[in-house]
Amino acid sequence: MNKIWLIIQREYITRVRNKTFLLSTFLLPLVIVLFIAGSVFISTKGSDKILVGVNDETGIFKNKLLDKDDKSVEFFYTNDTAVTSLLSNRFDAFIHVRDLNKNIGNQISLDVKKQLSRDNEEYIRDQMNLVLENKMFEDNFKMQVSALDSMRMHAKNIDLVQSKGEGSEKQKINSQLTSAIGFFCGILIYITMLIYGTQVMRGVMEEKTNRIAEVIISSVKPFQLMLGKIIGIGAVGLTQFLLWIILLIGISSVAQIFIPADIMQQVNQLQNNPGLQSNNTIQISEAARNIADTTSALSSLNWPLIISCFLFFFLGGYLFYASLFAAVGSIVNEDPQEAQSLVLPITMPIIFGFIILTQAIRDPNSSLAFWGSIIPFTSPIVMMGRVPAPGAVPWGELGLSMLLLVAGFLFTTWLAAKIYRIGILMYGKKGSWKQMFKLIFQKT
Amino acid sequence: MNLLELQNIKKYFATQKAVDDISFEIAPGSIFGLLGPNGAGKTTLLRMITGIFYPDSGIINLNGKKFDPTNDVGTIGYMPEERGLYKKMKIGEQALYLARLKGLSRADAMDKLKYWFEKFEMQSWWNKKVEDLSKGMSQKLQFVTTILHEPKLIILDEPFSGLDPVNANIIKDEIFNLAKKGCTIIFSTHRMEQVEEICDHIILVNKGKKILDGTVGEIKHQFKENIYQVNVATGAENLMTHIFEVIKHSPQQLEIKLQHDSTTNDVLKFFIDQNLMIHSFTEILPSINDIFIKLVEGIPARQFQKIN
Repeated sequence: MNKIWLIIQREYITRVRNKTFLLSTFLLPLVIVLFIAGSVFISTKGSDKILVGVNDETGIFKNKLLDKDDKSVEFFYTNDTAVTSLLSNRFDAFIHVRDLNKNIGNQISLDVKKQLSRDNEEYIRDQMNLVLENKMFEDNFKMQVSALDSMRMHAKNIDLVQSKGEGSEKQKINSQLTSAIGFFCGILIYITMLIYGTQVMRGVMEEKTNRIAEVIISSVKPFQLMLGKIIGIGAVGLTQFLLWIILLIGISSVAQIFIPADIMQQVNQLQNNPGLQSNNTIQISEAARNIADTTSALSSLNWPLIISCFLFFFLGGYLFYASLFAAVGSIVNEDPQEAQSLVLPITMPIIFGFIILTQAIRDPNSSLAFWGSIIPFTSPIVMMGRVPAPGAVPWGELGLSMLLLVAGFLFTTWLAAKIYRIGILMYGKKGSWKQMFKLIFQKT
Repeated sequence: MNLLELQNIKKYFATQKAVDDISFEIAPGSIFGLLGPNGAGKTTLLRMITGIFYPDSGIINLNGKKFDPTNDVGTIGYMPEERGLYKKMKIGEQALYLARLKGLSRADAMDKLKYWFEKFEMQSWWNKKVEDLSKGMSQKLQFVTTILHEPKLIILDEPFSGLDPVNANIIKDEIFNLAKKGCTIIFSTHRMEQVEEICDHIILVNKGKKILDGTVGEIKHQFKENIYQVNVATGAENLMTHIFEVIKHSPQQLEIKLQHDSTTNDVLKFFIDQNLMIHSFTEILPSINDIFIKLVEGIPARQFQKIN
């Protein structure tokens, strides 16, 4: 036990003292934020401006189709019918409406230069159907389009808020926020699991190629060496999380200092009296309302549960995979390419978990999300996508997932130890999965 | 009482009988040579003695008790042939780490390291990294870390590879010193001249089996071919005899091999009778190198085989 402690200390101290540790501690959150911001940016701003030419022989649509709010789709009206020349000169898409049958479905051709995005296609279809609908209201009920529009505006006056529990237990659910937090936690576990897993593998490979493994193994058991390394690197990961939490608290408290005092006061008023509206006596700025909304949304989440689940699933997932990474590292020789091909079957389920995560945050109750968060191969990532959503994960399910994860990492550690014990002293043989299976079934 | 006893040790791998029924004993304070060609099973044997591998069958006794890898680690110092150090770690820290893994306390390890670093003139290395060391230097460091915890049994696999003669002598002297202090040393190598110089007792293994066991002197006598060197001035015409056969002949020196059951006295008598002056008469014993080659050569190298 004392010796494992020495190994843990060495693994921990040499890594934490390294400059790359500090660097990655500050850069990784930045990279994740940039990654999320980047993917959001690309998904919203990715579309180019689309000009749609409309030749309307029926006169129903003329000047009634509305451009998209961000001007990414614009309609122009023309009498031209030469599709090819129109598409090559002016428009990205062209619609020619010859006549419409009111009673049966109509198929109208949308000629395009190149395929439109699904969003834009849907937008154009909805616009046309809306205009048609308006026309029917006009014809059948003699209603003005302007009256229809204002009616529709008022009809959208209901804001639905999910909430759970009763009385003082009652809490609002901000599904956007919970899925964002779930996604962030899942992605963090995904990235750190890969990073620290590879570190374990590289550490083991280093010991093997440096030929120090045998020296150490003559004083400690191979299992102790493997476990010491895994725990040591895991502790580095926890230290990193701790630093991130401190960093986050630091940044948010610094940010609070820079919020003007009068806004803070308004925020306080809002918090004490949530239903407060702007009127003559109290002016409430947009900023104050935003801050109040965010803080109340954040405080509605079950943070102790989220944080403790996060730590548990990070540790569980890390332990589950780290020993597998160690086993691969132990049978690889100097060739890094060999490591790549051997490590692929281990990284695949992790990547698969990430894919399930993107589904799980959309619908935390789907059966894919359920199974993904129960099976230990993906549960650390997927479960974190579900936990922030209130009520999505019953206690029994959470307990089962945790139990299976613990059983899973005990199993993988046991399995890996069998491979590691021999692999670490084996030189000259090319590492392969066949070899690993042979070592697993070899008698002691 | 022997320090180490191996009885009928066997270790089979999937395609090799790596060690196939080997027994030997090592007396305390002796320097024991473990010889054998590449792939003979030496490393596997050493790994079993150090507790890295468990034998499939057989008994290992250390100090008269059954060998217990977990608790006997402190009594053994092992310098494997495939040895290395953490490249990025500072030398002092590394030595301290390895010493503490052997069970030394921090203060104890520091004291001993100080002593050895001074003795080997390595004080200035303490804060350097291993990657700054030459091969010979790291070899010295490895030797220090192997013997630092004062093990009773020291196992050195090719300890001189990569060392220049000066450094090799420093290590060699230290090996003698340690043996004098009562340490038992197992010494594995291919370099036969070192074996003759250093070892008291040797065994030769090939293909997992022990094929030779004894002291250096005994073995040489066992393999002597009754060849003598005679310094005598004589011509070929005087050497017509059935007592011996001349192997080499130069004007002042003869190398002869005794024939049938003639004795050395017969030879001397032969020369005296011819009234030739004998300046010297010595027996030529085979070198361990010759014996090694004779025993190993011609035996086909190990092939992979199926083990049940």
